[in-house]
Amino acid sequence: MSERPDDSVIPAFAPGIKFRFDQVRNAWVVLAPERAFMPDEQAAEILKLVDGQRSLGTIIDDLARRFAAPREVIAGDVADMLRDLADKGAIRL
Amino acid sequence: MSTLEPPMGLIAEITHRCPLQCPYCSNPLELERAGSELDTATWRRVLDEAAALGVLQMHFTGGEPTARRDLPELVRHASSLQMYTNIITSGVLLDERAIAALVAAGIDHIQLSFQDTEAGNADRIAGLRGAHAKKLKAARLIKDAGLPLTMNFVVHRQNLENLPAMLALAEDMGASRTEIAHVQYYGWGLRNRDALLPSRAQLEAATVEVEAARERLKGRMVIDYVVPDYYARRPKACMGGWARRFINISPSGKAMPCHAAETLPGFTFPSVRETSLGEIWRDSPAFRRFRGTDWMPEPCRSCDRREIDWGGCRCQAFAITGDASRTDPACALSPDHALMEAVAEGRSSEPPAFLYRRIGGAGAADEPSIREALEPAQ
Repeated sequence: MSERPDDSVIPAFAPGIKFRFDQVRNAWVVLAPERAFMPDEQAAEILKLVDGQRSLGTIIDDLARRFAAPREVIAGDVADMLRDLADKGAIRL
Repeated sequence: MSTLEPPMGLIAEITHRCPLQCPYCSNPLELERAGSELDTATWRRVLDEAAALGVLQMHFTGGEPTARRDLPELVRHASSLQMYTNIITSGVLLDERAIAALVAAGIDHIQLSFQDTEAGNADRIAGLRGAHAKKLKAARLIKDAGLPLTMNFVVHRQNLENLPAMLALAEDMGASRTEIAHVQYYGWGLRNRDALLPSRAQLEAATVEVEAARERLKGRMVIDYVVPDYYARRPKACMGGWARRFINISPSGKAMPCHAAETLPGFTFPSVRETSLGEIWRDSPAFRRFRGTDWMPEPCRSCDRREIDWGGCRCQAFAITGDASRTDPACALSPDHALMEAVAEGRSSEPPAFLYRRIGGAGAADEPSIREALEPAQ
């Protein structure tokens, strides 16, 4: 199991990765070379905050406030999802 | 059958022209000539239809796609339709101007193919002297332009010993993604199978090497690994299932569920000149023929992997058994699996000469001739 990234880390989409809303499927999609990921609603809410400006901590705070969930739970989910996408080359942490 | 999903990707073989002559080329043995290629306006219309249908990724390939002067225009159009644009190229025609034009057009990603890490052997396999040096230059230009680079190495018995050097080269060049793709045995690859198919020991060593590199480079470089089917126990989910994820369009406009589908007898593939992409995807008998699971024979029909591998590859079933509707013989559960094993076991100890890929070249084996490269795209 990888270590959890620090809250000060600023996640960003890797070069060549596109995150956009697809009208035909009515869903958000992450487009990568020869790959596509279909985030569910929860994952899409996280990815919408990934802009290469906000830190991981800021993203977690934002989500914890909006979804009225314990920060620790949100932090774990966000870190796991971003780590997984980082291992697949879609996110830089 | 469940609701029809939109296609994810469109593979546009915009030309079969290519300065290279790789003996495992994925193009058909009967190459289409320049005079039959779709014009720019038709491709633009096809791109419009693709975006409306839900295609998310456009793969411009060939032949050598940069041999078409209108490639930047097509990339620009696809990009304006919000599709992810990818070029699959040999790189030998890419210079500063060509890269700049593609960047200005909004290209998202370039995949550059390599034949080996040793220039002499790489050029011999490509059938073009100086090709390897041009590819290295193209890789640098792609990186300098700030584009993500995928390096694709097609591997086989005549270059597999250089796999560690391939991975090291990709790392040195700063590739964000590397494909180690064993030759797939259709068309030219099938014709040259004895010259290309690795031994089981070679394959197993390669797999160990790739897995170690994946672990070492995790988070820095993605490594995609494509294995040959001849030593497999289960088939690959070819194209993610017949007419389930992809549409392939030939230079003249024939729409097919995969680039090798023309090898199958008894099919009439619709042309995008006459039929819209939406109609082709939904209604074409050729696309519906092996879509989903209804067509499946046993052992696929009752197999719990039927919606994982979708019965494997139809072209391989035909190539090995003579019947496209049988289970892919790569599967150990297939009654025809012994045919696959017999091929692997009957592999010659010394590889025969290559039959190089060239127009009208499927007739007889001969030596590579060094042709002059096509003019750069710009």
